[in-house]
Amino acid sequence: MDIALKVREIIAEQAMLDVADVRPEHTLADLGVDSMAVVEAIFVIEETFDISVPFNANQPEDSDFDISTVARIAEGVQRLVDQKP
Amino acid sequence: MKRVVITGAGTINALGHDVPQTLEAMREGRCGIGPLVFRDVERLAIRIGGQVRGFEAEQVFNRQQLSLYDRFTQFTLIAAREAMAQSGLTFGGELATRSGVVLGTSGGGLTTQDENYRAVYEEGKNRVHPFVVPKLMNNAATSHVSMEFNLKGPSFTVATACASSNHAMGQAFHMIRSGMCDVMITGGSESMLCFGGVKAWEGLRVMSKDACRPFSATRSGMVQGEGAGVFVFEEMNHARARGAEILAEVVGFAMTSDAADIVMPSKQGAARAMQGALADARLPREEVGYINAHGTGTAANDKTECAAVADVFGTHADRLMISSTKSMHGHLIGGTGAVELLACIMALRDGVIAPTIGYEEPDPECALDVVPNEAREARVEAAVSNAFAFGGLNAVLALRRV
Repeated sequence: MDIALKVREIIAEQAMLDVADVRPEHTLADLGVDSMAVVEAIFVIEETFDISVPFNANQPEDSDFDISTVARIAEGVQRLVDQKP
Repeated sequence: MKRVVITGAGTINALGHDVPQTLEAMREGRCGIGPLVFRDVERLAIRIGGQVRGFEAEQVFNRQQLSLYDRFTQFTLIAAREAMAQSGLTFGGELATRSGVVLGTSGGGLTTQDENYRAVYEEGKNRVHPFVVPKLMNNAATSHVSMEFNLKGPSFTVATACASSNHAMGQAFHMIRSGMCDVMITGGSESMLCFGGVKAWEGLRVMSKDACRPFSATRSGMVQGEGAGVFVFEEMNHARARGAEILAEVVGFAMTSDAADIVMPSKQGAARAMQGALADARLPREEVGYINAHGTGTAANDKTECAAVADVFGTHADRLMISSTKSMHGHLIGGTGAVELLACIMALRDGVIAPTIGYEEPDPECALDVVPNEAREARVEAAVSNAFAFGGLNAVLALRRV
């Protein structure tokens, strides 16, 4: 599976945009993804890749999972997928 | 307009099985939050909560009652019995028809639902106990209180998530103030600490794995509690005529809707509710010495609430005390305002301000006197109790010392 593409698709779904309009350098704010949509996107990511994402909505910036850009999210997912037993 | 006083209080929660135990724990800044104990807890990511411990329903209720009483109803009845005993009231004749019950709950018989879903879905059973519906319904607790104490007037249950109890007590207050009723049993109850209940909350990713630290820069989210708080609200002349002991006067109530977001709180909505309660009570803001905060320990709530308090109280915001007792008993969701009203009564009556425990580091966005970690003695003339629910529904009560 192309993880980066799948992550873009999941975020595009939340942002109600075409995948083509979701670029790796975009921040979630750029795409109009609010805090509720972030929590939902993380849920979809966990279900899709069968991973557990360390993310606390109270302090996104302090979580071990970087959501600053689409690319960072994809990297984080890749890392968690690689760590799977 | 009639005046409304509180002549009875009862509770069971993580801090104690009655009011004296609970107030003692608040005075000592004791934490009732600990490891959760129930079936399948090992499948949860969040394993702490303010659970009621050492409580054996079989010691209090008989077999027939247990088949009808969900845990949230059990908690309600225990608290109601304590409040009724303190008030010294019995209901018959016209007083019975002019007295009712308004209670708050959010999840109602959630544990009953959880157990029965498990039975039919997980265990593949095709038959459930015949009383599942009357046991799980949100109004079960209200109805059982009305039956146990013969309250025949207006009675119903209010469900506005975390503001349920405050909305319920506000209704009770209005019903007596308007002359519709003489006595109302009011407050709220919650028992969501079961596998399905906590699992659902986990999904929102706002729950803390270690502690509830409202207003502290190191906060990590909310922690759930369970239990009930029940009060006897009574028309002042009625209470005076029979020489009842008055715990406090309820002087104002206001409710607002943010009309904005299903989970994110709004400063304006919260501020309008506090402002409204003060106006309703004709209470100058300078007279408010204590606010029992909603104070959930989430970044969204704490920052918004402190900004709203600063807006409403102006320079007086720096002189009043504001604490979140959720740090001790957890967030009782639909029952939380009721248990928290006890802290207001303690402030007014005993001159003891319950602390915000778990406080580690100041947050510049919550720069108020949050009574960190240790209770404080202070004479307080008036107190305000905040509740701001998911869905943007806010309910604020104002109380005065008698």
